[in-house]
Amino acid sequence: MTRAAAKNLEKQMNRTYELMFIVRPDMPEEEQDKLVSTLETAITSSGGALQKVERMGKRRLAYTVRKFHDGIYILLVVEGAGGLIHELERRLRVSEPVIKFLTVRIDEEQKRLDKVKKLRDAKRRAPATPAPAPSEAAGEAAPATA
Amino acid sequence: MADENRPTHAPSGDGGERRGPRPGGGPGGGREGGRKYFRRKKVCKFCVEKIDAIDYKDYRLLGQFVSIESGKIVPRRLTGVCTPHQRRLSLAIKQARNIALLPFAGRAS
Repeated sequence: MTRAAAKNLEKQMNRTYELMFIVRPDMPEEEQDKLVSTLETAITSSGGALQKVERMGKRRLAYTVRKFHDGIYILLVVEGAGGLIHELERRLRVSEPVIKFLTVRIDEEQKRLDKVKKLRDAKRRAPATPAPAPSEAAGEAAPATA
Repeated sequence: MADENRPTHAPSGDGGERRGPRPGGGPGGGREGGRKYFRRKKVCKFCVEKIDAIDYKDYRLLGQFVSIESGKIVPRRLTGVCTPHQRRLSLAIKQARNIALLPFAGRAS
């Protein structure tokens, strides 16, 4: 019971989030770097990890946001606890060049995808005998969850 | 719309009066005026192409499932997407709208 609780706590600390935000289109590249690095220091100081930074470039917005028609999209993949996300969102809200942001938790979806993939692989390995395939898949899935 | 309405010969005996073509019917849809329509069975794109992850960033994919004119989410009965995938799809579309990848209303300019 205590072990399960500890595991649960550990799981809580290791959530993965995707943080996508849009900055104004006239923001120079070095200032974007500065913004990302300040966010990174905030992440690392509170025990998280920045896994990926992806610049998706300038894109036309589907609707006007703060009178802008274009925006530069930046995507961060962050690992950490919920409090960290709260802090990051606060920072994005107060930073003037950021015009919109969205945070999505992706670890549970990723877990589901891995499970589906595993099942599919197991099925592919035994295509001739369809009957034992589900039991085999279940047998393989069980240790992963335990 | 993806389905094709192909008139086939040989009207069957029971000329039951039905209103218009049925929306999501399988092969052998509604009868009207003694003619029989044959409708291609709609299939879920995500099941057929084995797309597991419906991501909000993939706005090109999501754009196929919102109406061109108004930006509404197209119902399942028109697109043929299965229930679990439609659920994920609608979530992804709403997330994409939030970050200005898809429009809330009207077409994306």
